[in-house]
Amino acid sequence: MARTEYTQQLQQIQDDLLLLGSRVEKAIVRSVNALKERDLDASQAVIDEDDGIDDFQVELEEKCVDLIALQAPMASDLRRLITVIQVASELERVGDYAEGIAKISLRMGNAPLLKPLIDIPRMAELGATMLRESLGTLTDPNMKVANHVAETDDIVDSLYEKIFRELFSYMTEDPDNIQRATYLIWIAHLLERIADRSTNIAERAIYLQTGKMQHFQ
Amino acid sequence: MINLNVGRSNRDEPASDEAVRDVVLSSNDLSFWYGDTLALEGIRLEMREREVTAIIGPSGCGKSTYLRLFNRMNELIPHTRVEGQVFFRDTDINHAGVDPVELRRRIGMVFQKPNPFPKSIYDNVAYGPRVNGFRGDLDGLVEQSLRRAALWREVCDDLSKSGLALSGGQQQRLCIARALAVEPEVILMDEPCSALDPIATTRIEDLIAELRDEYTIVIVTHNMQQAARVSDKTAFFMVNDNGAGILVELGVTEQIFTNPSDERTEAYITGRFG
Repeated sequence: MARTEYTQQLQQIQDDLLLLGSRVEKAIVRSVNALKERDLDASQAVIDEDDGIDDFQVELEEKCVDLIALQAPMASDLRRLITVIQVASELERVGDYAEGIAKISLRMGNAPLLKPLIDIPRMAELGATMLRESLGTLTDPNMKVANHVAETDDIVDSLYEKIFRELFSYMTEDPDNIQRATYLIWIAHLLERIADRSTNIAERAIYLQTGKMQHFQ
Repeated sequence: MINLNVGRSNRDEPASDEAVRDVVLSSNDLSFWYGDTLALEGIRLEMREREVTAIIGPSGCGKSTYLRLFNRMNELIPHTRVEGQVFFRDTDINHAGVDPVELRRRIGMVFQKPNPFPKSIYDNVAYGPRVNGFRGDLDGLVEQSLRRAALWREVCDDLSKSGLALSGGQQQRLCIARALAVEPEVILMDEPCSALDPIATTRIEDLIAELRDEYTIVIVTHNMQQAARVSDKTAFFMVNDNGAGILVELGVTEQIFTNPSDERTEAYITGRFG
């Protein structure tokens, strides 16, 4: 294998991307756990962690740009670096959504939850799984898994619609519920976006393997 | 004498897509020997009108040998042998009736190292037309050729200056002007920038981009970035187990450099062999 150092750098960049993904996945889980448990310190910790995620994404992008400038990667190496840049950007946004959930949780303060949270943690669980699976397809190409991510996105979309309808009915029943219901709708919307971003990552994984962009419906 | 003028009628019409672009150069099951050494084996390749085709591959894979077959430069080397066919449009150029001098007028060549004659700039460009018995406006032809080669503005004040007094990049453009002066259809370029600095290289690459509208260009280059920048199609050659050069893959340049079909091409262009 020629270009040993370059190959190691490419591998390091891919490892860093998976590390970034792991940090973001934890942020999703922690933000929703903190919301559910009404643990404001834990919500604040998710917000604090997001700066680290943002910095890590910028560093990773800089490493990719350096490698492109200095090593002129071609073919699958080039696709890999472009994919890393795109996916890191998706992950940074997912991290922002987790931070957004934590900020809403802080805004809710000590007010009791409008209702026990069941579907929102379910959405978070599905979103985190989608993220893990889509990142897995970057290193272990598997069309079945990529398709599964897209199928799960449909489930998350259905859950979002269900939550929206349910919370809307709470609001129409009693205007005092509007603020607390709106907070939860925002959170559900952020979780729905997390699932969309995970689907984008699965699409990027297919591009990496085939050189062709495929958009899931 | 075989007529090489077949198929020029539509040269002034813009080629809108591949369907209307004629095959200008091609080879069919082409093999070539230096003495007993097989240098090229079974090459089948087509190069189309007003396209830039880059030939890339590791050292010794026969890129330059292949290029030189199209204007019969290899036959100047003793003990060489060709099998298969090499076509310029519909003409098998190795046919006994083809005049190699006329062939070389129609298929010009630019070499790795600039090789101007030890004559004035004017005489360098006028040499070919004079030898070919040109009877028109020679001054106009020299100016037009120098303009096409993007050299006119730099040399127009003193065309009597020796071609050897120019910089390396200017000398190479002078050689291109010299090639253009005999109004070829095809320009073969054998690593035309390998002896030039990056600025001079950029000038030549810009020139290739301008010339592609009028000429069919084939460029052999070791510089993959250059192939990616200047060509429409890229052909990848490598050496097979017999030590002979073979064509691995020909494709649209964007595809070759982002998603090659053959794993050997992928390994070469990502720098993992060669």
